[in-house]
Order: sequence, then C-alpha cells, then structure tokens
Amino acid sequence: MRPEVFRMIDRVVSIDPSLSKIHCQGLVPEESSIFEGHFPGHPIMPGVLLIEAMAQSTGWLILARNRFDRMPFLATVKEAKLRTFVVPGQNLDLHSEILHEGSGFVVAKTHATIEGRPICAAELTFRVLPWPEGRMKTVVMKVAELVSFPLKDFVDA
Amino acid sequence: MSSTFETVANIIAETCDIPRDTITPESHAIDDLGIDSLDFLDIAFAIDKAFGIKLPLEQWTQEVNEGKATTEQYFVLENLCARIDELVAAKSA
Repeated sequence: MRPEVFRMIDRVVSIDPSLSKIHCQGLVPEESSIFEGHFPGHPIMPGVLLIEAMAQSTGWLILARNRFDRMPFLATVKEAKLRTFVVPGQNLDLHSEILHEGSGFVVAKTHATIEGRPICAAELTFRVLPWPEGRMKTVVMKVAELVSFPLKDFVDA
Repeated sequence: MSSTFETVANIIAETCDIPRDTITPESHAIDDLGIDSLDFLDIAFAIDKAFGIKLPLEQWTQEVNEGKATTEQYFVLENLCARIDELVAAKSA
C-alpha cells in the first residue's frame, strides 16, 4: 500500500466466479508521508483512506464485471463505520459484495478486517461511466498488473 | 398505475426526505421535487429492487441529451410509473 499516492490495494486475492464478491489485501506501510500529519508521533491510518481502500477493492470488482469497459467512480458513501484504529504494519483484508447493478451505477457493501477482526464497513454507490479521454484506462490497467488483478481472465486479448 | 405511483412516491419521500403529500402524479422529479442525479441513483436503486426491474437510466439520459425525448417523458411521475409498468409487464411476458 502507498496511501500517499492513493494506492490502497497491494493484491487482489480472489474474485468470486459469480463476479459478485472480491477479496483484496493492503498492508499499511511503516513509513508514509501521510503519517507526518495524521498524527505527528501517533501514526493512524486516516478513516477516509480506509473508505478509499474499500472503494478501490469494490472498484476492481466492478471492473471485472464489466471487463474494463467502463470506469467506476465513487458517488455515495453510506453507513460508514470506522470501528478501531489502524496503524502502520497492519494488513487489511478488504471484502466487497455487489448489492445491485443498475443502469450506469452499482451499489455494493464492503468491509475490512485485520486478522479476522472487523475494522470498517460501508455501503458504496458508484457511477459507472465511459472512460474519460486521456490516459486513465492505461494507468488503471498498469495498476491492475501491479495488484495481481487477473487481467487475462477479464480483458480480451 | 395507482399502486405503482404509491410505491414510487413513498420511495421518493423516504429517500429524499420530501413530504409525501407534496408528491403528486404530475410532479416532475427534477423540476418540481428538486431531485438531483445523485439522489435519483438512490431512487433508481429502490425502484429496481421494489419492482424487480432495471430502469434504463443511461438510455433515457442519452435520448434526452440527443433531443429524442423530453425529461417530462421519463421524470414526470405518472410517466415514470407508466415506464415502470411497461418494464414490469415486459419482464413477466
């Protein structure tokens, strides 16, 4: 995980064959510039970045479902719960499950655990839109390789 | 139609915190009720679930943007309910 550049996922562990669930992992680094301010001498993972991590986990699942045809953009965060502090060196297990796929949007529930203990949870809505002009799709595909996303299963050759 | 409207009106009232008695079949979801596109995603989610359908929001938006339809055709509630009834009928056909 490199939270300072919003890279919250280290690895896509598994995607359910039904494409309704995903499991990802992210190790909170010992060193990151975000801890210079949050907080000096008491590094704690910001709650907004835990939500971002859950959103990115869900985003990979949506990209798998649409085979990278469109990009999910976080639109709504509901029922967010941040149950406990997360500190450097802890490994987040991130789980997301699709609740509904509508026309141009997806609703999912997501949660994270550390060694089985519940850490945070939320219900997220994404707008799913055509890729913007420019490099975004190329960049996302490169990140997909970095996080061991099984591209060969979800992108046509 | 009336039961569809009751369901939709209740969804809008609950989702957007709009007094139920201000929502009529003639209400325009955007112009009269002030529902924005983000709130409408919540409404669409609830309608999809309640009726077991998938509102074709992207198609409607495209038709409006291309001038092939007006927002009234899809977002005046009596018209929206008629579209919902059509989708429900098509699903069970």
